[in-house]
Amino acid sequence: MASTRTEMIAQRRPPDLRRGAMGWLRANLFDTPLNGAVTLVTLGLLAWLLWPALQWAVFQADWLGDSREACSGEGACWVFIGARFESIVYGFYPEAERWRVDLVFLLMAALVAWLAIPRLPAKRWAVLVALVIFPVVAFFLLVGGSFGLAHVPTRDWGGVMLTLTIATVGIVGSLPIGVVLALGRRSQMPLVRGFSVVFIEFWRGVPLITVLFMASVMLPLFVPTQVEFDKLLRALVGIMLFWSAYMAEVVRGGLQAIPRGQEEAAKALGMGYWQRMALIVLPQALKLVIPGIVNTFIALFKDTSLVLIIGLFDLLAIIRAGLTDSNWLGFATEGYVFAALVFWVFCFSMSRYSQYIERRLHTGHRN
Amino acid sequence: MNQATAARADSPMIEITGLNKWYGDFHVLRDIDLTVAQGERIVICGPSGSGKSTLIRCINHLEAHQEGRIVVNGVAMTQDVKRIEQIRRNVGMVFQHFNLFPHLTVLDNCCIAQTWVQKKPRRGAEATAMEFLERVQIADQVHKYPGQLSGGQQQRVAIARALCMQPEVMLFDEPTSALDPEMIKEVLDVMIELAREGMTMLCVTHEMGFAKTVADRVIFMDQGQIIEQAPPERFFNHPESERTQLFLSQILGH
Repeated sequence: MASTRTEMIAQRRPPDLRRGAMGWLRANLFDTPLNGAVTLVTLGLLAWLLWPALQWAVFQADWLGDSREACSGEGACWVFIGARFESIVYGFYPEAERWRVDLVFLLMAALVAWLAIPRLPAKRWAVLVALVIFPVVAFFLLVGGSFGLAHVPTRDWGGVMLTLTIATVGIVGSLPIGVVLALGRRSQMPLVRGFSVVFIEFWRGVPLITVLFMASVMLPLFVPTQVEFDKLLRALVGIMLFWSAYMAEVVRGGLQAIPRGQEEAAKALGMGYWQRMALIVLPQALKLVIPGIVNTFIALFKDTSLVLIIGLFDLLAIIRAGLTDSNWLGFATEGYVFAALVFWVFCFSMSRYSQYIERRLHTGHRN
Repeated sequence: MNQATAARADSPMIEITGLNKWYGDFHVLRDIDLTVAQGERIVICGPSGSGKSTLIRCINHLEAHQEGRIVVNGVAMTQDVKRIEQIRRNVGMVFQHFNLFPHLTVLDNCCIAQTWVQKKPRRGAEATAMEFLERVQIADQVHKYPGQLSGGQQQRVAIARALCMQPEVMLFDEPTSALDPEMIKEVLDVMIELAREGMTMLCVTHEMGFAKTVADRVIFMDQGQIIEQAPPERFFNHPESERTQLFLSQILGH
């Protein structure tokens, strides 16, 4: 049989398969009797679990007041959080100097907004300010001791402010160190490669708690007594190096996924090693491992709470300290739920932002 | 030897003497001698694994060789990174799989090396890029990403990207092998035009029609050695070696 088409078929719109809310329900939740039953059981289970939680946390909770007498005891006593709020945010930072912390928070929020909102211009400057100028300004503001600001020793730092300090320093420090280590591990130079491998495997093989203990207890034994490192500084360095080892392996995964032809094309154009890495390989590799990088950031953020074992009062530790206040005994649940909520808000924001960045950087190619 | 004396019209563009290369114990290139004059167009063919790609990849040191001497445009190849990069700036290369940078637009693909290697200002780089993108007839797609283009379009961009560096020599490593049949012609047309303009070209390809049209010399390689080289007329009509005859009968015989 033979046939020849003489007229071409014009493009048509696809058939409209949307059928409103009822149609959606029927197609997705009740398409078979079994699925309908599963839907109903799941909804029942959710209600059974969530309703008491909501009752406790919202409907029967007490929100206002300034002592435990304000709480009826039937629901959560958020008064406790309210009363301790200042110390949860600032730790033991002297009250008169807290405006400095507020200013740093404000600068940080502004910078994050500048970096995160695509419509705002001059992203390169934003990166420069965030990585170079902001840390210096924040350091002088928080530590003080110069420019007429009173010195605030780091043992007075605490709460959200300390958690954010540790997390920010950890995140901003571990990524570049991790990238350098990942490149080092793929280097042709045996010495560089050997150093990177030993460094990464050492820090990955040691629990973070051990690192923190070593930083706070053992390090002072090895250095002369005149040299005194700040305890927070030691913890920061430990956390940064520990997580940079993880970051290095995440980044290495991305580097290995970039086809060799990319580097060859860059070589053929006459680019040197650092140009090939910075302009061609790393932008692609880092984009590929955004989920892994953010995963590490989130783990880092949550693990900042481990510093409580070396006597630093981060968000979790300061809440725990509040629980032992004799005026507020018995509100552990509220305290831990609140701590969990604060951690969750930060981590969830990072997660959403990373997904948004992934979509934005997608340029319609597969590799 | 400095570049000024070397770039005289009568001196060869590429001089390869006694080139030997091994992958581990495997002797992939054996005693290669090859001189390419300025403006000469050479097609290299041969069965797969014969070392033809490896040979042209040695010319810009994408592969390191163990023995022999390579001189490109008067610059002798050494292990020195600066020297290698100097040679690479004179040698453009087009790959089988295009190897465009997928995170950059077509225009940025053509500008990035001009900006960072030649340190040209952005505007000048863009002007050069547009000039060559127009010549490969892709000027209307410059703000797209490579992933949004067809294979033939991508390969034409890759050619433009290499030309933007104003190279003295162009190396083509099976530029049409990864293309759908209907896109081969658009790439070959660009290459033919380039050949007509007098570019020194070394092409590893199985496109025998292209070889007949533009090549000054066809080189047949097998087992890492140059078996036969001749002008296309003689190469296709009166091949001397038995291996060449067998190879030609296999690729032209259907």
